[in-house]
Amino acid sequence: MANMDLKKTEMPTQDPLVRARNFDEVSLGYTKEMALIEAERCLNCKNMPCVSGCPVNIHIPEFIQKVKDGDFEAAYQVISRSSSLPAVCGRVCPQESQCEAKCIRGIKGESVGIGRLERFVADWHNEHFSGEIKKTEPNGHKVAVVGSGPAGLACAGDLAKRGYAVTVFEAFHAVGGVLVYGIPEFRLPKNIVEKEVDTLKALGVEIVTNFVIGKTLDISELFEMGFEAVFIGSGAGLPRFMGIEGETLKGVYSANEFLTRNNLMKSYKNNSDTPILHAKKVAVIGGGNVAMDAARTALRLGAEKVYIVYRRSLEELPARREEVEHAMEEGIEFKLLSNPTKILGYKNPNDKRDVRNGFVTGIECIKMELGEADASGRRSPVEIEGSEFVLDVDEVIMAIGTSPNPLITSATSGLETNRRGCIIADENGKTSMDGVFAGGDAVTGAATVILAMGAGKTAAGAIDKYIKNK
Amino acid sequence: MYKILRKKILSPVVTLMDIDAPFVAKKAEAGQFIILRVNDDGERIPLTISDFDREKGTVTIIFQIIGSSTALLNAKEEGEYISDFVGPLGRATETEGRKKVAIVGGGVGTAIALPVAKKFNAQGAEVHSIIGFRKKELVILEDDFKAVSQKTVLMTDDGSAGRHGLVTEALKELIDSGEKYDEVIAIGPLVMMKFVVATTRPYGIKTTVSMNPVMIDGTGMCGGCRITVGGKMKFACVDGPDFDGFLVDFDEAMERNNMYYEFEHHKYEETCNLLNKEVE
Repeated sequence: MANMDLKKTEMPTQDPLVRARNFDEVSLGYTKEMALIEAERCLNCKNMPCVSGCPVNIHIPEFIQKVKDGDFEAAYQVISRSSSLPAVCGRVCPQESQCEAKCIRGIKGESVGIGRLERFVADWHNEHFSGEIKKTEPNGHKVAVVGSGPAGLACAGDLAKRGYAVTVFEAFHAVGGVLVYGIPEFRLPKNIVEKEVDTLKALGVEIVTNFVIGKTLDISELFEMGFEAVFIGSGAGLPRFMGIEGETLKGVYSANEFLTRNNLMKSYKNNSDTPILHAKKVAVIGGGNVAMDAARTALRLGAEKVYIVYRRSLEELPARREEVEHAMEEGIEFKLLSNPTKILGYKNPNDKRDVRNGFVTGIECIKMELGEADASGRRSPVEIEGSEFVLDVDEVIMAIGTSPNPLITSATSGLETNRRGCIIADENGKTSMDGVFAGGDAVTGAATVILAMGAGKTAAGAIDKYIKNK
Repeated sequence: MYKILRKKILSPVVTLMDIDAPFVAKKAEAGQFIILRVNDDGERIPLTISDFDREKGTVTIIFQIIGSSTALLNAKEEGEYISDFVGPLGRATETEGRKKVAIVGGGVGTAIALPVAKKFNAQGAEVHSIIGFRKKELVILEDDFKAVSQKTVLMTDDGSAGRHGLVTEALKELIDSGEKYDEVIAIGPLVMMKFVVATTRPYGIKTTVSMNPVMIDGTGMCGGCRITVGGKMKFACVDGPDFDGFLVDFDEAMERNNMYYEFEHHKYEETCNLLNKEVE
């Protein structure tokens, strides 16, 4: 009997005031009972609009049917046919604008909690599965993947399932790209990423860390080593700054640095070898998911007050609604329609050796109002003259976006990029170089985990065709 | 894991290690750096490459024991392993077309200056090396510099070895005596590089400095290594580490360098206690 409740089954979360001071996961996931109740809300529509909303086309009604049947492992197998990282996607995908946005139940009431069910199924598998993972019979072809983020892992996983010998080259000492350096523990526990990576390794994917393609080896050398195709999923790694006064003061971080210190280098732990400043009052500049992550991390590091400074209004805020709500619940204050004009620092005119010299003491912002819509359709913010105000903070985190890392493109002649430095690739990931494919943020500029995975998966299909037709 | 093939104590505070890293050795050039982690959970520390042997597949690093991570590295012995070693990162030092250069090295910076001197020497340039240390016990690589330089001047702050005084004094004397350098390359503490630049600026001699700020990834991703050069923000890891000394904002770089002073000092004491050594 279908569950006609208009609302999604709630997913339990840690109490906001408690979780704001720890790094444990915010959402606790469905119990088996909750999953069964929520699965019954799926009407198993014939035309499956949800599937078309999924960048990797998971057979959603099919997996939910398996949940209804209580066969969670079978549900996992359905998901894993299309996705290499189910436990990750169940947590960080913007389902509300993808599969769930297309759900018929969403027309009157809330859509089926597809993301929550995916998460439940993946976690159930990780906890209970003890069987062996079957490797595909090798087909004798070698492919190199550059970068072990979501695009690279998805591509590697799909190729391994098709029998390719895949080697992933990662610049960092740890595997996962943005999943380990960018997304915080409280949103995506690192042991979950590790488990997903272990599954890929069991499929036969080889991962080499501490290897910077463009420095340690060039793309051309990969071909000399016998790789027949290369997939570049090197991400959008270069942080942007605003170009305002005071950005080199101590206490100003890029969100990348702040999050990497914390997530990858574990500087939040007491015995960590990597330092991070523990500020009292923090301003995070920007309104995306990364800004939310940075703000909530600063809070968990012990800040008394954390501001999000965003130049447009709440309506235009690009972060996921759920993340914004979580941030607000935790007590983060949103300074909307505000834009920084300069960062203020301490300077003792009488003592050059004063240890406080050069540290952030505040940030000056100006109020904004929304003017005409720009080319992107968003109303562009305009400064209100004379409305400057100062926020008293001792740390500023710039989360205003990133651009693609030029390390590979500058070392690889023949690999074309666009004006913004993104690698040019067609809808199948094919670049201007024969045998070289690319996808994810390196092609699109900063986007989401699932879009990167979709691109990796599509490119895997294209690489398969390319090698078979050679 | 990367094996330590050779360990040599150069001075009470400076150690040399050859690391088995064939891929890095194959690509390494003077002026580039590597990032290593001593142990799992360790800090990522950048160290400039002191030498490399493409045939043997080794990369030489020379480091000063100044903090927790370098103390832990120094505690490793020949035959043991370090967790991570990645590179070569950054841009190589430009040497092309220079006929006569002065290399100014200070302290452990001399270890980074040596491969640059070697490269100039190998391409037939006339090399004058000025190396400076606080005192005799800290002098390293003097013979190595002599082997690749037409002229080598050793300076110590207290006069206990070589000449008494600062490297800038020796540099100024050489310039004033009529030596015409195409370029001066200064590698050492920030304050030394700042004053080398102050010395060469009135003469308008192109002066290159090697910056070594705090960094994490070394590939442009974190922006922690940003410095101001000619009024513009640059990332030392991908835009450098070499920069036009006349354009670098040294005061700002010095201020940024002590960002984690308290943490580092505390951590160093902890590590020293752990290693049963005394803190200086």
